[in-house]
Amino acid sequence: MTNDAPHTLHIDWTRCDGRGLCVEILENALGRDDWGYPVALRGLPERRTEVPLRQEELENAREAVALCPLAALRLRA
Amino acid sequence: MTMTEPTTGTRSATPSGTVRLLAAGADAGYEAHLRTFGPLPARDPRAMMEQVEASRLTGRGGAGFPAWRKLAAAAQAGAHRRRGRAPILIANGSEGEPLSWKDRVLLENAPHLVIDGMIAAARTIGARNVLLYVSRDALPAVERAAGARADARGIEIVEAADSFIAGEASAVVNAIENDDPRPVDRTARLTESGLRGRPTLVQNVETLAHVGLIARYGGAWFRSVGSPEDPGTRLVTVTGEVPRAGVFEVAADAPVDGVLAAAGVDVAACAAVLVGGYHGAWLPAAALGTRLVPGELSRFGAQPGAGVLHVLGADRCGLDATAEIVDYLAGQTARQCGPCMFGLPTLATRFAALARGEAAEESARELARVSDLIVGRGACHHPDGSVRLIRSALRVFQSDVRAHARGRCTRRPL
Repeated sequence: MTNDAPHTLHIDWTRCDGRGLCVEILENALGRDDWGYPVALRGLPERRTEVPLRQEELENAREAVALCPLAALRLRA
Repeated sequence: MTMTEPTTGTRSATPSGTVRLLAAGADAGYEAHLRTFGPLPARDPRAMMEQVEASRLTGRGGAGFPAWRKLAAAAQAGAHRRRGRAPILIANGSEGEPLSWKDRVLLENAPHLVIDGMIAAARTIGARNVLLYVSRDALPAVERAAGARADARGIEIVEAADSFIAGEASAVVNAIENDDPRPVDRTARLTESGLRGRPTLVQNVETLAHVGLIARYGGAWFRSVGSPEDPGTRLVTVTGEVPRAGVFEVAADAPVDGVLAAAGVDVAACAAVLVGGYHGAWLPAAALGTRLVPGELSRFGAQPGAGVLHVLGADRCGLDATAEIVDYLAGQTARQCGPCMFGLPTLATRFAALARGEAAEESARELARVSDLIVGRGACHHPDGSVRLIRSALRVFQSDVRAHARGRCTRRPL
């Protein structure tokens, strides 16, 4: 994919269990909340189900999608 | 007009003033309905879409989204359909909001107008399947009405689940498809992929009843009442500390105090009014002249929502009243999304402490912090709506927060 369109990481909250792998892989894009669930560190607060990604984070984002034990993540263009 | 004062239906003249949806009077059967409104004309889908667009009708279920845009999206998704992918129309009358019963009043008194709107909307978007999702209370009236006319035979009536979030559009689809009335994670709009993957239009029953009128009288007529921004009439439930709670049809831009006065409320004795329901926001006593339009309500973080006006009496503590609601909302989490499942009970505990005057300042700070933390992080807007209410209470009742911090209350002994 050599697409420059901004990508987002979609979090399916109904699946997410707060295991935290994504937070470790994408440490600049995601933090953890009081209960261990991922929190977008950028973007509008009310849109934090779609985490904005930088171009250089795409590779890691794909890894996070693949490794999430609950298949709660999706990459969206 | 209240539903306890039936209007005698005059011959099918164009409804004037703000009595529109309820113009056929209380408990209107099919004959009274036809006498008042005349038969539903069969409009060309494109012409009808133009009329709905021209009307600027907004959704009456809570979100206030322009009705024609959802219709157009479903119609467009349907136009590209493969075989067997025709759009589906779902009329939503589940009304899980405890402070609202305007949909039930509408379904019990003007069910034929809702059915007209469903037929007109279905025709406009090319829907094959038409469903009516209603609370148990409204079921008998709706079944009776659908049984009274041949053109309603294709309508499938489904009993709605009885929970606060069961009316959320994806929860409606999930309940019908999987018998599971919880919201689902979505990356596509329901108008693209909804029930059984088909383009699905979920519209509130009041919105559809207005469509039934627009099909007859047109978009310009619809706009002749209300503001250009949000025209027409809307049904409002007036509740709380009022002499007589009830449902009223008012101009969509009516001032809050005017609606309350017409309902027999002593406006001077109101401490505050919750606008929009449990996911709504408080209007302080000094701001009750605000009109029910989004542009004016937004100053208070409010929106017309499903048309609830809940009055807080002068001797009630706003923090105490809000604490009760937050506790209810925490109990209504579907327990699917972590930030909601854990965040709302945290907020409820903190709000209860604030209401009791225990660690009031720290509790207020934590309420603000946890609200910031959970907003925008769920499959549905239950956390967002709950946060809207909490932020509004902290703002409107800030002098009460300070009083509670000093071990006092402006309204009652702590």
